Amino acid sequence: MNEFAFTEEQNMLRSMVRDFVDNEIKPIAAKIDTEEKIPENLIKKLGELGLLGVSFPEEYGGGGFGEVGYCIMQEEIARGCMSTATFIGAHQSIGANVIYLGGNEEQKQKYLVPLAKGEKIAAFCLTEAQAGSDSFNLKTRAHPDGDEWVINGEKLWITNGGIADIVSVFARTEKGITAFIVETDRPGFSAGPPEKKMGIKGSTTNPITFDNVRIPKENMVGQEGRGFILAMKTLDAGRLGLGAACLGASKELLELSTRYAKQRKQFDTTIANFQAIQFMLSEMASLIYAMESMVYRTAVDYDLKKDISHQSAIVKLFCSESLDKIADYAVQIHGGMGYSRELPIERFYRDSRINRIFEGTNEIQKGIIARYVLKKNGKL
Amino acid sequence: MKIAVCLNHVPDTASKISVGQDNQSIDTSGVTFVVNPYDEFAVEEALKTKEKVGGDTVVISLGNDNNKESIKKALAMGVDNAVLLKTNEIYDSLSVAKILANEIKTQNAEIVFFGKQSVDYDNGAVGQMCAELLGYNSVSVVVGLEINGNKVRAEREIEGGREIVETELPVVITTQKGLNEPRYASLKGIMAAKKKIIDEKIPENCSNYTETISMKKPPAKQPGRIIGTDATAVPELIRLLKEEVKVI
Ligand SMILES: Cc1cc2nc3c(=O)[nH]c(=O)nc-3n(C[C@H](O)[C@H](O)[C@H](O)COP(=O)(O)OP(=O)(O)OC[C@H]3O[C@@H](n4cnc5c(N)ncnc54)[C@H](O)[C@@H]3O)c2cc1C
Repeated sequence: MNEFAFTEEQNMLRSMVRDFVDNEIKPIAAKIDTEEKIPENLIKKLGELGLLGVSFPEEYGGGGFGEVGYCIMQEEIARGCMSTATFIGAHQSIGANVIYLGGNEEQKQKYLVPLAKGEKIAAFCLTEAQAGSDSFNLKTRAHPDGDEWVINGEKLWITNGGIADIVSVFARTEKGITAFIVETDRPGFSAGPPEKKMGIKGSTTNPITFDNVRIPKENMVGQEGRGFILAMKTLDAGRLGLGAACLGASKELLELSTRYAKQRKQFDTTIANFQAIQFMLSEMASLIYAMESMVYRTAVDYDLKKDISHQSAIVKLFCSESLDKIADYAVQIHGGMGYSRELPIERFYRDSRINRIFEGTNEIQKGIIARYVLKKNGKL
Repeated sequence: MKIAVCLNHVPDTASKISVGQDNQSIDTSGVTFVVNPYDEFAVEEALKTKEKVGGDTVVISLGNDNNKESIKKALAMGVDNAVLLKTNEIYDSLSVAKILANEIKTQNAEIVFFGKQSVDYDNGAVGQMCAELLGYNSVSVVVGLEINGNKVRAEREIEGGREIVETELPVVITTQKGLNEPRYASLKGIMAAKKKIIDEKIPENCSNYTETISMKKPPAKQPGRIIGTDATAVPELIRLLKEEVKVI
């Protein structure tokens, strides 16, 4: 066992992102929530700093910081705004990642480079009305026509659907589920109105219609019929990054709650002196310690190119459940103020809930973990 | 053109400072150190000046290995080269100025940026002293700067207004908040900083001109007093301001 420690560059990355979040995101996080929109200017700044491609290698326009770097960044972003973390996750960790993991060199140069540089925005289109947890049941079809593929179907709940320039789409062909790259300015592509949500309101979620959308043959990603495996591999990264965002939000909530507990006086003493409050703080700290340990343990394995499917399912499950518990305690410690829109606590409380649902519900994660445990006869 | 920026590594202004056991220095245990905030404006202005007039930028810092953290930040922001004048001594302003002036001479820098003061000892003297030792022109507390060829036009912050000063290169500029918005280190910059080498030099020994006799914390603030919550409290407030604190 080596020391649990970050490299100098990783620490510099964290401190840069933290500065950025403190100065540019935290002051507008409440506005992002109420106006249900991440300002274009913020997206532009994130791109200019290289944060929209932090994980990808430098030769593809990325930062070269790998999954560990990505997790560090998402932790810091989520401390300020979970809508922004969701936007980045859908763009980088799943949308663009399909091309990085499955694309050929030409596709990477043409599509991944502008995505990694933040010049273009990506989305990941898997879910459909009848294909949620059962995403294998998707009905969107692609059929060949001369030098082109023609795509027809409807996707649902697509993060960044309304703002993306390039989407990774999973559609059924004769040989099975296949992945495609579609530019959103192609005729027949349309995004519907954004969903009205409980939280992460700044992150836009849209239905998408493909009505005879024609794309060149070379926009198929990987082999025909191998798209579902690619989707699952991509979600391995997505779930890990989701865990990192949960970790960041949890750390922020513990800091805010601790500060409040040390200031707020009742019965002539600060509430931090009550064991009931202390116990909540200790539980929060313990969950965070476990989250941090598993996020980076898994990220290191991911960067070492190990198969981390069941590990990232564990990270996703544990971190999203933990964040919900932590957000709940944070509200409780803040009392009435935790319920008020004056403080960011209630926003975190609403924003946290989605993490148990998207990128595969926690029930689905348990299924993945259970299959692994059974296969291994319980020996991890 | 060589552009130098002198950078100090100081306790974060948010950290709690306590006086060490010797009563002559601060206790640095548990204190986080950062780039001196005013020096961030100096780094940014050095980079902007380079982008405009071309040339090479070098960051110079006097201190121990810990200063490398701040030097690296300047490199990640885009400064080309770095020199660490390595010492464990604590020098006073004039000694620091002498050591830095020597290095600026070696570097042959014609434009030199300093923060207007370091937030550790707050003397606000090193930049100007350096200029004098080097025989350079100097403008301090600068909030606006234009360099055209040899000509320098600087805006200074003065009590209640702005003063516009013109001078020529070579020049020492000390920077004030408002001059610019320091950029964030970019990912490219962080990766590039990793490959850059910090040139470590041992500065010539210097003896201090002043001696710190002791340090102490300011007296604890008196708790506030509420004398009333409406207009009826005004006469009493005026009486206290006149008779007790004697400010009106
Ligand atoms: C805000 C938001 C953003 C999203 N972004 C994207 C995106 O960018 N791209 C994308 O492709 N999708 C996206 N999704 C879709 C998301 O991944 C799905 O909502 C999710 O996978 C669950 O599918 P469902 O909503 O159809 O729920 P269902 O599958 O209908 O599930 C309903 C309930 O049944 C449970 N359940 C279902 N099957 C089983 C089972 N076998 N065993 C036990 N329990 C089961 C579920 O766990 C859940 O509790 C997003 C969703 C939301 C809400």
